[in-house]
Amino acid sequence: MITINQLSKKYKEAEQFSVSKLNLEILDAEIFGLLGPNGAGKTTLISMLSGLIKPTSGSFNINGLDYSNNKKELKKHIGIVPQEYALYPDLTAVENLNYFGAMYGLKGSDFTNSVQEHLSVLGLSDFARKKVKSYSGGMKRRVNLIASILHKPKVLFLDEPTVGVDVQSKTVIIDYLKQLNHNGTTIIYTSHHLNEAEHFCTRVGIIDHGELVGVGTPKDLIAKQKDAAHLEDVFLALTGKALRDHV
Amino acid sequence: MYKLWVSTYKELLLLTRDLGGLAVLFIMPLLLVITITVIQDNTFKIIQENKIPILLVDMDKGNVSDQVKESLVASNLFDVIVEKDEGRAQNLVQTGTYQLAVILPQNLSTDLDLKIARNVEGILAKFGVEEEKLPNTPIANKEIRLYFDPASQQSFKSSVRNNIDKMIAQIESESIYKAFQQELGEDGTEPFFETESFISFREIIPNADKQASIPNSTQHNIPAWTLFAIFFIILPLSINMVKEKNQGIFVRLRTQPVSYAIVLGGKALVFLAVALLQFALMLLLGIYLFPLIDLPKLEVAGRLPLLFIVAFFAGLAAVGLGLLLGTIAKSQEQSAPFGATFVVILAAIGGVWVPVFAMPKFMQVISNVSPMNWGLNAFYDVFLRHVGFLEIIPEISLLFLFFIGTSLIAIIYNERKNAV
Repeated sequence: MITINQLSKKYKEAEQFSVSKLNLEILDAEIFGLLGPNGAGKTTLISMLSGLIKPTSGSFNINGLDYSNNKKELKKHIGIVPQEYALYPDLTAVENLNYFGAMYGLKGSDFTNSVQEHLSVLGLSDFARKKVKSYSGGMKRRVNLIASILHKPKVLFLDEPTVGVDVQSKTVIIDYLKQLNHNGTTIIYTSHHLNEAEHFCTRVGIIDHGELVGVGTPKDLIAKQKDAAHLEDVFLALTGKALRDHV
Repeated sequence: MYKLWVSTYKELLLLTRDLGGLAVLFIMPLLLVITITVIQDNTFKIIQENKIPILLVDMDKGNVSDQVKESLVASNLFDVIVEKDEGRAQNLVQTGTYQLAVILPQNLSTDLDLKIARNVEGILAKFGVEEEKLPNTPIANKEIRLYFDPASQQSFKSSVRNNIDKMIAQIESESIYKAFQQELGEDGTEPFFETESFISFREIIPNADKQASIPNSTQHNIPAWTLFAIFFIILPLSINMVKEKNQGIFVRLRTQPVSYAIVLGGKALVFLAVALLQFALMLLLGIYLFPLIDLPKLEVAGRLPLLFIVAFFAGLAAVGLGLLLGTIAKSQEQSAPFGATFVVILAAIGGVWVPVFAMPKFMQVISNVSPMNWGLNAFYDVFLRHVGFLEIIPEISLLFLFFIGTSLIAIIYNERKNAV
């Protein structure tokens, strides 16, 4: 379980908090969707939870362990799929995965078999020995995902894992994430694909201006919102239609 | 240890996948050393063997101008071309057609003879030898004008000035001897005075090692420019790190249970190996290729282990600097120009181009903090002064401390910047 208490983040140059006194509980084996307009604070929240940036105030713990005191231990149990591909373009998929797996301390035949298995399930076996720079966007996203789950994390953070990929790749990725969740992995993911989130997530949190403006199962949120037929209707009702352009 | 090994292997794969980069890493330093050595060796040969065409404007047309011309020709430094007009000669030099024009003024011979004859007459009069009195008209000092091409280097000008100065002094002293001989009634058919130089000099290498060879352009250039090339690996190393940042790889690594020191360690080992390989290639070049292209052979007999020790520590210092630059730089636009310029500055203050002793005092002090100066001194100690391991300990210790210092700063900077 992830427990977040009064978590805030204000960047140095910013005038406002990116995340403001946020409280949230995410249960074990949930698929929790963090939804919100651009600049709402989704990536900032995920970055804090995965230990990439320091909160300005507040705290959180993952599976009972406070992050600031258990960084090393928690790194072994969480996985992060960043928005960028974060792969070496000049290495093959296997070489990338061997390297990132080794950084988790993984080695031996079990690890080698695990790499092959992941590649096979995500449809990449035939291209495993090709350099990643020759891959399509969808293929890179799949390798990016495998690189983050080789160590079998208990909690997996995904920052827009299906952005810019075709429907086929998206389906493979979502199905695979469902499979991981079925095996007990807690998944926290951000997305702008509200239809995808509606069907994929067990619960969603809608975040705007750094604050949670709605939390619940997609079904409940739709039911509570007057005249809402889809999650997108709820989203627009809670966050408004104003553009969120900012520099 | 396993993570370090895998990191090293990954760096090796990345390096070997970039064939263009690899070629630049190894071929460019070799080209640099060949080019610089050929140029410097040729500069040496120009003064020693090749003749420089110069203009001589003879407005004197006397025995002194004849002697000057003969001496210039006999020096084997110059190919003397006689030009009648000073203005034209000046123009030809100004436009770079000739490097130098020597203008001998009117009445140089007659006035010099008269001046010397008067002086000799005065001296002999003091010894009671009375001769026919010479006219006492005033004689203006003579000036030999030298026009240099504005693009001529200071060292060339100094060398020419010194040679002409020496030549004039010799002509003057010969004229004085001749005047004495004439005043004393000798007919000059037999030499009355010995005019050959009594004092000469011989170059000796102050070394206990009797087998030490006289340093040549190869012995000077290989260590200096190899060091320069070794330090240039900060460019590919820092670019490699900046790329990883931009690709989001460092972000991923920060979420993994691996220390920044391990990440840097893999890079350090591979780039250190590159530096040593570069050095080995430079040595092979000096030993086997240079003699084939008419350059002096590099002498390394018995000094290889010490040379590799120095190269190892110089490589470490360069790697440390590259790791620090790669950690701090945010883009290739920052790391590449800064890295290249910084290496050139380090080389300049390190004494690669101009010897440290020839620098202004404050630059000599600054030179002491250049790792390239420590490396160069250590190389010269081994290559040219033929010292043992104990004598290079101070320099290699400084290089090692530089590596430790820069690596620690890189790690601390990274920790602070990404503190969570």
